[in-house]
Amino acid sequence: MTSTLRQAALADLDNLRGRHPAVFATPHGQRALIIGGVAVLLALACYGFWRLEFSFARVGTGLSQLAHIVGMMMPPSPGNRLPVFLWALAETVAIALLGTLTAAVLAFPVGFLAAKNIVPNVFAHFVVRRFLDTIRGVDVLIWALIFINVVGLGPFAGILAIAVSDFGAFGKLFSEAIETADRKPAEGVVSTGGAHLHVVRFALVPQVLPLMASQVLYFFESNTRSATIIGIVGAGGIGLHLAEQIRVLEWDKVSFLILMILVTVAVIDWISTRLRLAIIGRSSMVV
Amino acid sequence: MQLDAVPPWSPPSTLYGFPVMTGAVVRLPPEQVRQAQAAYRSAVAAKRLRTGLGVVLLIVALWLAGIAGEVDLAKFFANIHRLPDYVLNLAPPLTWANLGGDIASWFWNIETWLRLLVDTLLIAYLGTLLGAIGAFVLCFCSTANLEKRRWVRVASRRFLEFCRTVPEIVFALLFVVAFGLGPMPGVLAIAIHTVGALGKLFAEVVENIDMKPVEGATATGANRVTTIRFSVLPQVLSGFTSYTLLRFEINVRGAAVMGFVGAGGIGQDLMEAIRKFYYTDVSAILVLIIATVMIIDLATERVRHALIGMEQAR
Repeated sequence: MTSTLRQAALADLDNLRGRHPAVFATPHGQRALIIGGVAVLLALACYGFWRLEFSFARVGTGLSQLAHIVGMMMPPSPGNRLPVFLWALAETVAIALLGTLTAAVLAFPVGFLAAKNIVPNVFAHFVVRRFLDTIRGVDVLIWALIFINVVGLGPFAGILAIAVSDFGAFGKLFSEAIETADRKPAEGVVSTGGAHLHVVRFALVPQVLPLMASQVLYFFESNTRSATIIGIVGAGGIGLHLAEQIRVLEWDKVSFLILMILVTVAVIDWISTRLRLAIIGRSSMVV
Repeated sequence: MQLDAVPPWSPPSTLYGFPVMTGAVVRLPPEQVRQAQAAYRSAVAAKRLRTGLGVVLLIVALWLAGIAGEVDLAKFFANIHRLPDYVLNLAPPLTWANLGGDIASWFWNIETWLRLLVDTLLIAYLGTLLGAIGAFVLCFCSTANLEKRRWVRVASRRFLEFCRTVPEIVFALLFVVAFGLGPMPGVLAIAIHTVGALGKLFAEVVENIDMKPVEGATATGANRVTTIRFSVLPQVLSGFTSYTLLRFEINVRGAAVMGFVGAGGIGQDLMEAIRKFYYTDVSAILVLIIATVMIIDLATERVRHALIGMEQAR
């Protein structure tokens, strides 16, 4: 069948060309743009590879080293340190839970301040939004190092680091949820004689609270992953043991720790998804 | 509040100065009112019970977490002055009289830091580029509409999940041991994490395409690569580019901390400054990092808005 179609099309080629000139014309301008773009990307990549001292020899030896390491990682085994690792895992989940909740509680009022419909002042809105973006722009590991300097090593620095770095994210998300809330319940409250605070309590909060709870649960899962790595700089949790075992080249313990991290994140992901489904239902889940 | 005692209601004669039409409101018979109130009360009670249970569980979880996280509130409030002290220490000694000179001495090492920032941006760029290429190759194997073999789908999805879930820093630590110190392990760590993250996003874009051009290409006898090139790519390229730019912005933040484990970039200097208590250096480098992230944020947002506009105009 295809050969019959192809033969018929080839026989009629001149007619087709006349009827659909745009399909058969060579797109010179578009092609030049695409080739130019790809050339720029490639040139930048080559410059990057040169400047960052990539070399095939290094990649080769590195890959063989990596294969050797992965071989030593199997089978994963905790040795005699299982209780220590399990306690560190509990610490990690505790850091994530307390950090996320602190950030949510602190960001709740700030979300209202950053929302255009609560605080119509454009200047205040801009300032608060930029302040939250600044906090978000600094990675959680940097906050962990700073808080270690303030409160010392240990999980408390980790809780504060996660709380502060999430405060920025929650402030922005909460304010967006408030700005996109439905106006009709607010008008209902005003029509029965409610003041501004009544509008917030009875018309706005019941709408945005499920959305906020859903976002907090989503970030709880993401923060469990962050909590596992801030231990690498000393802020408590399982990251400390991970960095330590890598430094002493105990690869089977390293793979066991990575496995523990993966399982924990998967469990927290499952819990968080179930709770989010229960709170806001499948149709409204965005992430 | 006594729900049973409904006070007798008589309509007001004026409402906001306008006369009210009396007798225009229908009143329910008292039996129905009582039934409705009972149903409302039981619904509210059930919801309150669920919320109360949730709050109790949360408090128990918080208490356990407090034990595991070594939370000592007395110690916290005794030492809480250290945080504003630290922030004040970070502030550089700027004076109005000698503003230019003070800023110059605040950023005394600006050439080295700018060089390291360029390194950081290049690490993020190369990592994102390699990751995007890898994700592009893998994403078509993990979509239900383009890949009919179930084992290929499951295998590629699990692989992408693994790349995504293991934190970048863990990959960086392993690669530093295997490849040595320097920016190369940082690039590879970011690339692998990006393969996972972008692979999932690309797969979602591909799963939402219109299948009709694919069917058309298959009907004319095109093989898999040709089908993808002519019927899938024109639909998904702008979505792919948008997600790649978003990922680049996230990776700039990640590349800034790669230096904490020796994988290149400005993180190394930042960690040194924090650990050695060089307060003004810490604030200078933080200002540089925040400014870079903001600029990249704005630039990628512009390009992404242009791409979304182009997509909607199709």
